[in-house]
Amino acid sequence: MNAPTYTPIRTTSVDQVALEARAAELGSRSIKTSSKRAALHLAIRCIDLTTLEGADTPGKVASLCRKAVRPDATDPAIPHVAAVCVYPEMVAYAAAAVAGSGVAVASVAGAFPSGLSDLDVRTDDIRSAVADGADEIDIVLNRSAFLSGDLSKVHDEVAASKEACGDAHLKVILETGELGGYEPVRRASMLAMAAGADFIKTSTGKIPRAATPAMALCMAEAIREHAHQTGRAVGFKAAGGIRTAKQAWHYLVLMGETLGPEWLTPDLFRLGASSLLNDILLQLAKLDSGRYSGPDYVTID
Amino acid sequence: MGGHLPVDKTFKLFIGGAFPRSESGYTFQVRSDDGRLLANAAKASRKDLREAVRAARSAQAGWAGRTAYNRGQVLYRVAEMLDARSDEFTALLGDGGRSDESARSEVEQAVDRWVWYAGWADKFQQVLGTVNPVAGPFFNFTFPEPTGVVVQAVPDDPPLLGLASRLAPAIVTGNTSVVLAGEAAALVAMSLAEVLATSDVPGGVVNILTGDVSALLPWALGHLDVNAVDLAGSPDDLPDAALADAAENVKRLVHGDPTAASPSVIAGFLEFKTVWHPIGH
Repeated sequence: MNAPTYTPIRTTSVDQVALEARAAELGSRSIKTSSKRAALHLAIRCIDLTTLEGADTPGKVASLCRKAVRPDATDPAIPHVAAVCVYPEMVAYAAAAVAGSGVAVASVAGAFPSGLSDLDVRTDDIRSAVADGADEIDIVLNRSAFLSGDLSKVHDEVAASKEACGDAHLKVILETGELGGYEPVRRASMLAMAAGADFIKTSTGKIPRAATPAMALCMAEAIREHAHQTGRAVGFKAAGGIRTAKQAWHYLVLMGETLGPEWLTPDLFRLGASSLLNDILLQLAKLDSGRYSGPDYVTID
Repeated sequence: MGGHLPVDKTFKLFIGGAFPRSESGYTFQVRSDDGRLLANAAKASRKDLREAVRAARSAQAGWAGRTAYNRGQVLYRVAEMLDARSDEFTALLGDGGRSDESARSEVEQAVDRWVWYAGWADKFQQVLGTVNPVAGPFFNFTFPEPTGVVVQAVPDDPPLLGLASRLAPAIVTGNTSVVLAGEAAALVAMSLAEVLATSDVPGGVVNILTGDVSALLPWALGHLDVNAVDLAGSPDDLPDAALADAAENVKRLVHGDPTAASPSVIAGFLEFKTVWHPIGH
């Protein structure tokens, strides 16, 4: 048998009760007026505006990109989002639509959302998305191998994917809802970062058990530990089920309190979402006008 | 005396089919005509209004999409449930200073009002819709549609009949409603919420907030996701600025007799759409 390529030196155990209590406490913070506006603008700048549906068309991707570049057609003061996130087939259309705007193109790749196909097929998928113009690649962790205990295989696959990315950033989706608890999520986070992930990401959004603030805190603590050990700052992306502005600033508070303000930039923090952007725009409209707005006044995605 | 301690009811709000306390935590005291403390009722805040409008909006398409027959059945079920609890409502009205005879009569009229509007569910389109004569090769007809989310300031007096006379005609056509009940009508309104919650009325179709109606109405008038505001039971000193806000999204402002029963009350909560259909081509 070959020598294992990945042997964790130690795994910090997770105190479930304290973790959940801390995540809940950080979510109870009230943010008002100018801080609220700043938080909402920051949240927009950190959004990966996502469409991952079988029914995606070049036209639909183009309209998503227009919204990514200029979220509110009536208000140029609102910043553009960090990236659009699409399937590999749509990367070329997205890259053309956002060219020159500062919005990056992210693509899921590598047999998303299961990750269960031959490694060569997955790395080819990544290379082709990068060749089409993707700046960032979101892959899924091989949960099948991880849950079987074959950590070296998981590690090597992430490393191979990183190599296939070239200059593109690699985000590794842990799919926390399928890993079975905080301890495995902590271990998977450490593994993905050791294998070269630039970002670790909670969920695909394709299963019902999506991102929770406690899971995010668990992963943020792993990022902090990795930064202490290696000096390398790995980013965090929350995805799946984030629909309201309130949820978004809950994640901002959680990141700021756990990792510090240097993580509160699009370089190190992302929110994968689609309907979230509209809710933030409605909140900003309420701040401006003092009146409640409604879904009739934002675009239908 | 037996060993049973009195279990007083907690009066909360009714939002999206659930009974939450006010987000603000505020309550107000409700006293009987002779000064007895009846209950601490929840005092709704503007954020409770926001949540109620959200619940009403998400329930609206589904409610309007039900068959007229089904909506009529649901309203009739409200009448059944109300009738079954007539003693409770008679006692509540009595606490407000009404004679037993007058209270009982109001409950009976309110039950009748729900039955009467239930019958309109599958008739208002025929009665209020029209086929219009036009000078051209067109078939031209006008038909009513629900206006959407309605916020209703209901009368303090008579509380139960007033509520039935405004709420039933608003929801029978497929609108969803956020009822604002003043302090005097609060206990009756929240008891009606319990009736609605057990009458197959889908969650969010009726939401009931109690408290200071004059404080909540400007928020409702300015809310861009509210399609109509019923002022039949509103205090008459609404600020001009609030009414100007209401014009922003061309809100329908409905005035009227708080206890009238008429298809024209139903029409107040409708939009009329006219279609020109070519013939002879």
